[in-house]
Amino acid sequence: MYEKDGEKYFVVDAHTHFWDASPDNWVKGQEEYAKGWIECFHAYQGLGPKETHWPIDRFQKYSEELMMHDLFEVGHVDTAIFQPTNLRQWYKNGFNTTEADGALAEKHPGKFLVNTTFDPREGDAGMRAFEERVKRYGCKGVKLYTAEWYGDSRGWSLKDPEAARYLEKCEELGVKNVHVHKGPTIWPLDKDAFDVSDVDYVATNFQGLNFIVEHVGLPRIEDFCFMATQERNVYAGLAVVVGGLMHARPKFFAKVMGELMFWLGEDKLIFGADYAIWEPKWQVEGFVDWNMPGDEELSDFPPLTVDQKKKILGLNAARLYDIDVPKELQLAAPESVEPVGVPNS
Amino acid sequence: MTALQDTGVHAGRAAVWSALGTVRDPELDEPLTELGFVARCEVSEAGHAVIRLRLPTYFCAPNFAFLMVADAYDAVAGVPGLTGLDIRLDDHFASDVINRGVAARQGFVASFEGEAVDELDTLRGDFVRKAVLAGTDRVCRTLAGTGLDPASLTLGQVPPGPDLERLRARRRELGLPAEDGDPLLLDPATGAAVAPADAKRHLAFARLTRTSMEANSGVCRGMLRARYSLTSDEEGTG
Repeated sequence: MYEKDGEKYFVVDAHTHFWDASPDNWVKGQEEYAKGWIECFHAYQGLGPKETHWPIDRFQKYSEELMMHDLFEVGHVDTAIFQPTNLRQWYKNGFNTTEADGALAEKHPGKFLVNTTFDPREGDAGMRAFEERVKRYGCKGVKLYTAEWYGDSRGWSLKDPEAARYLEKCEELGVKNVHVHKGPTIWPLDKDAFDVSDVDYVATNFQGLNFIVEHVGLPRIEDFCFMATQERNVYAGLAVVVGGLMHARPKFFAKVMGELMFWLGEDKLIFGADYAIWEPKWQVEGFVDWNMPGDEELSDFPPLTVDQKKKILGLNAARLYDIDVPKELQLAAPESVEPVGVPNS
Repeated sequence: MTALQDTGVHAGRAAVWSALGTVRDPELDEPLTELGFVARCEVSEAGHAVIRLRLPTYFCAPNFAFLMVADAYDAVAGVPGLTGLDIRLDDHFASDVINRGVAARQGFVASFEGEAVDELDTLRGDFVRKAVLAGTDRVCRTLAGTGLDPASLTLGQVPPGPDLERLRARRRELGLPAEDGDPLLLDPATGAAVAPADAKRHLAFARLTRTSMEANSGVCRGMLRARYSLTSDEEGTG
């Protein structure tokens, strides 16, 4: 919970990791990729305030104590949601697995929700293991990384028929929140690597599932917004928006927030700090303090209200994940609000 | 930047730098030289050019990277008087494949044999169409307060300036109408004029597209700065 100016905010960090990218965990022969991956993440941290930058060795592998401190002791987070990314091709024990997240979550009851993942290329055995993980950790969501390398394959698409089988299984098991990584990626080589059309496709086909597009499809927010206006079950994960732009590029942070509010509206935006790329403390405090500057260039966009910030920082995610919110942290008169948008003529 | 004296015998660094300035990141629609993507640019007395390119992360998509390295090769190879050209992308997971492919003047598919099935013209076209939309927003912003309605204007009725010329250039790249009598608002996919009833939505989408490209450019510049410990001067952004 975060309190400022007498207002109390229930905070859900909907995008968090407990990873091990230390050299001991690098697969022999794949060191270049394992190293490149974590250094790429580390460069993203450089977009946050200088005093929050970590040395690379701490960033490669951090302790449980540090994570609990950064999220819950000083970071204002009430509930954190783990979003795993396996990357077993490069990391011996995986980069950030459901099992590692789950073990930590079980040591700290009530703090975490554990999402798992699936990979349609793993076939029937993968399906069985997926179901076991869902039951073992009580998963209500999955994080999908369609650019993951698997043997000779450099990724997969939500449009693949095998993916539909897994999504049907999600519906059956009550795994209703599907987080899809749409951000800087490395595959497919010869197509638009950030194409969100596969999300569009499955959002239409699976009306019972919620699709949260992580990093709002950056660098293609325009494709994402356009798609999201047509699909009522598509949401925006704000990890790179807040962590990557609010401090480093405040003008574009304002514009992007303005656009997201305009096209998607206040009920569809989901905060995530993306720990350990960025710590939640400065993001939560900064977002509560932030508002739309009174700039001529931004005159299309109204300022955010306190209630809108409460929704974005936690209440929207709490709704999707059925998280209990203490009475005093709920909105007095919650209402769902349609985005401004521009109607089709 | 200290340009070598152009002796007339060989091309100087200034000429090579200027050629690199015509090469854009296809997605950001900005020159490599301004983005800070040129790490090294030297031309020897004998006219041998050595160019090193760099990108914001190790995992920048290889298709974009390939386009930029190939375009840089073509642009610099066209500078008169050069006796040799050594151009390479550094610090990228696909550097070797890209550098070999470009040096051998192979296409993208041949360079990434088994992993790619299409050349990059479609991708490039998508980016230029986005650049047209973003450019439309830039031009229309300058009309604020003039009382002019973008929906009814031709290009010739827009006050002249660099934003308008840039928009015309991008439209010409796509073979879209770009003369004075042509409409300011058109669908970049079809070239058809935007009907007045659709103008509001078209302009909102143009604004969104520009925001996306510029925010992305901001992230890339920030990442490059963090990766190479640059100051903002060294980014090449001035």
